[in-house]
Amino acid sequence: MAGTELDTALFAAWIEEISRTVRTEKDRLTRLDAAIGDADHGTNLDRGFTAVTQELAGKEHDSPGSLLALVGSTLIRKVGGASGPLYGMAFREAGKALGDVSEVSVAELSTALEAALSGVQKLGSAVEGDKTMVDALAPAVRALAQAAQEGKTPQEAVGAAASAALAGAEATVPMQARKGRASYLGPRSVGHEDPGAASTALVLDALRTAVTR
Amino acid sequence: MVGIVLISHSGPLAAEVAILAAQIGGEGVPLAAAGGTDDGGLGTSPDLVADAIEEVDRGDGVILIPDLGSSVLTARLMEGPGVVIADVPFVEGAIAAVVTAGSGASLEAVLAAAEESRTFRKL
Repeated sequence: MAGTELDTALFAAWIEEISRTVRTEKDRLTRLDAAIGDADHGTNLDRGFTAVTQELAGKEHDSPGSLLALVGSTLIRKVGGASGPLYGMAFREAGKALGDVSEVSVAELSTALEAALSGVQKLGSAVEGDKTMVDALAPAVRALAQAAQEGKTPQEAVGAAASAALAGAEATVPMQARKGRASYLGPRSVGHEDPGAASTALVLDALRTAVTR
Repeated sequence: MVGIVLISHSGPLAAEVAILAAQIGGEGVPLAAAGGTDDGGLGTSPDLVADAIEEVDRGDGVILIPDLGSSVLTARLMEGPGVVIADVPFVEGAIAAVVTAGSGASLEAVLAAAEESRTFRKL
């Protein structure tokens, strides 16, 4: 799409793309989680986004905000693992921040992602460097904020956020986990990419795909 | 009387700790177990937790006692007026809370009793 605003259809396409990517990458996420977690991250997210797809199917959505809020509450109910409340909170807070505008600018998207990050941090009390999804989400939020300030197009802005998330996820490899099950492993958690950071990079890459399509 | 909800990653674990706490702490305390996902797997179900809170709420407050991981995060989603989380060892905290609640203590007193179990040494 070539416009400067992101509409409800674009957000629906994003969620569809997340579901597709999570299904494709399910085994990789679960393998990452098998190394330092409880080996269910791919399965859990796939279950959650499958439920989300069913929930969204055939429904008319008033606004990007209400769509994201519905995604959030569905993930909270259906995922079962720790990623449910965390991703659920992220989408719910992002939806709430967007309110009922029908088209979203880069600046509004940036505010929404900031709200998502702060929701995740409020719930999980993780900071950057703890080897969690925050290590992918926080750099993406910063990249998007900078792009908004520089007046970048949605394609450029979302591209920058997706790249920052991917770099953030890769940067978790040498970190020692300080949150979740991986933290019990201490130094043995070093050398593995964090599964939550990896899935966050996928979520933002799905947005890039939807926006540049 | 203060209500207590035990939230575990595992359905059977939450149920067994509830049985143990009820036997030690008295049968009269409103106590519910909300463990596992809604299809019986390992994990947490916000729906089960919400139902459990409703079940034990007698108007004097509800204490949530989570064990690990998603239980803690799900419990945090449920925090609100009169619904508080006890950051305590699962078994010891549950028993301390149930015994204190059974004496008719306030929400603050039950929470404080449960939290004492964090520093209570076994040896």
